[in-house]
Amino acid sequence: MGSNLLANYGEVAAAILFGIGFTNLLLHKNLIKKIIGLNIMDTAVYLFLAEKGYITGRVAPIVVNGVQDMEAYINPIPAGLVLTGIVVSVSVTALMLSLTIRLYGRYRTLDLDEISAQLRKEGK
Amino acid sequence: MDFIRNFPFFSIILSLFSGSVCSVLPSKAARWVNTFVIVTCAVLSGATLFYVLQTGESFVYMMGHFPAPWGNEIRAGVLEALMALFFCLIMLLSMLGGRKKVDEEILESKQNLFYILVNLMLTSLLALVYTNDLFTAYVFVEINTISACGLIMIRRIGRTFEAAVRYMIMSLVGSGMILFGLCMLYDLTGHLLMSNIQESVAKVMEVDAYHVPLLVTITLLVIGLAIKSALFPFHAWLPDAYGYSTISSAAILSSLVSKGYIFLLIKIIYRVIGYDVFRSTHIIDILFIFGLAGMIFGSTSAIKEQDIRRMAAFSSVAQIGYIYMGIGLGTQESMIASVFHIFAHSCAKALVFIGIIGLTDASGFNRHFSELTGAGFRNKVAGIGFIVASLSMVGVPVFAGFVSKLLFARAAVLNTGKLLPTMIVLAISTILNAIYFLKTGIRIYTPNNGSEYVSIPLKEEKTYGFAIILFVVINVCLGMNSQPIVDMIHDGLAMFA
Repeated sequence: MGSNLLANYGEVAAAILFGIGFTNLLLHKNLIKKIIGLNIMDTAVYLFLAEKGYITGRVAPIVVNGVQDMEAYINPIPAGLVLTGIVVSVSVTALMLSLTIRLYGRYRTLDLDEISAQLRKEGK
Repeated sequence: MDFIRNFPFFSIILSLFSGSVCSVLPSKAARWVNTFVIVTCAVLSGATLFYVLQTGESFVYMMGHFPAPWGNEIRAGVLEALMALFFCLIMLLSMLGGRKKVDEEILESKQNLFYILVNLMLTSLLALVYTNDLFTAYVFVEINTISACGLIMIRRIGRTFEAAVRYMIMSLVGSGMILFGLCMLYDLTGHLLMSNIQESVAKVMEVDAYHVPLLVTITLLVIGLAIKSALFPFHAWLPDAYGYSTISSAAILSSLVSKGYIFLLIKIIYRVIGYDVFRSTHIIDILFIFGLAGMIFGSTSAIKEQDIRRMAAFSSVAQIGYIYMGIGLGTQESMIASVFHIFAHSCAKALVFIGIIGLTDASGFNRHFSELTGAGFRNKVAGIGFIVASLSMVGVPVFAGFVSKLLFARAAVLNTGKLLPTMIVLAISTILNAIYFLKTGIRIYTPNNGSEYVSIPLKEEKTYGFAIILFVVINVCLGMNSQPIVDMIHDGLAMFA
């Protein structure tokens, strides 16, 4: 078990980062810090994919010098997944930020609990 | 006939493109495009259902020019087509029933945005139902989340913004877990298509390897989807989101969005992980326990609630608990009961919300219980709709809710270990359901002669009345004529394997 963790240190780092982002997104009161947590969480997944997709000694799947041997290149699909994931995460982040701007403009605070308290006071 | 194989793809792409078309249209035209698209998708899904029933087997539709395992695929069986047809119908009726409120509550300039979001929601639901590729499913899960968030905050008041943020946070936690689970599954099996993954998982299980990673993967996927579909401890965002958004959004969110995720979960259980592998893990027990807890907790919160729309929202928590309890029972029969409850709950809950809006409108837009006295007399069709939906939710024979409860009870008998808790909680939950729905029913039919609120005659709200009547018909049809549907669900689940 211990040796596995050492050998796959990249994946371990990704999992730890995922946990950090996850707890930040879930537990932090500040909306901006929540969004930072979201980005850390998503990036950790990309790190995991990149780490899994890379094979030592092989290069990116772009044919150079006419080498067409499959053994020379790595699998391009994890990179494709990362790209798709980035698109999704950018759009979600943009949506969260725009919501945050709206809430800040209305309630002058980034603290979600305080916003809830103010809403309850308004009684609507 | 083989041309029908294109229909699932057509319905997805049609609703996707109509979304972009709506962005340049004026709001009236956007509304017509939206109605037309939903009707067309319903017809296409109906034709697909007919075709699959005729051929008696599911079909795979290749997207683009690459065969499996490289290309992307759509797969349609009985259950997928039935689910798509049902989603389109409920969405159409929810839109018709809430049409007047959309005009009142959403700025004229923003209305076409609302229709874009509804079209996107339909796209993502259809894609979640039909896709055979796990990563495509993830992308559409995110599209679903974004459009649901838009549907919540299209009515621009403080409460909806807060609800939208809370919804986004919970949803993003869920989709983060799904993404990580997917990546680990891809890492374990080397495939993204559901059928290929299932083969590889079976091979991995055969050689008795990778127990812990597989368990972690299944946990991440299942819990992620459970969070997104508002299973009991993760429902904090739900009352505000359903309680304050415009009524069409509330009806669509409660009856379709969470069900889309649950359907994806059932698909993953059957087509990705494999039912036997899933049953051998203890995650099934966790789902069972949280389902039971949700059934009790959702109902008690609903009883305490003084706001009728928030009450209906908490009732959703209880009903989603039922569905997860069925998944957690872990037999073929309980899964059929769960899928049937998806149908029963969708049509009843959308009707509850559409009915409530008529009652509150007839009470000077007040949602507090004390103001609703006699509302059933002031808006007759809304009162009838609400009562029918309540009876269905409580589980009175003739209506759909009764059949699903009967199926749950029958399925529970087959699982001796979980029989007792299921029966006890089912009984308690039914009583609790009856308490808050009948409380409301009695309240709206208590004559209130001194009321200053004016009645709303049916003539003024023809579309609304039409939607309610159709909803009532669907509820009664599902309840009276459940056997063909149950058979179809049975065949559909058999096609999953």
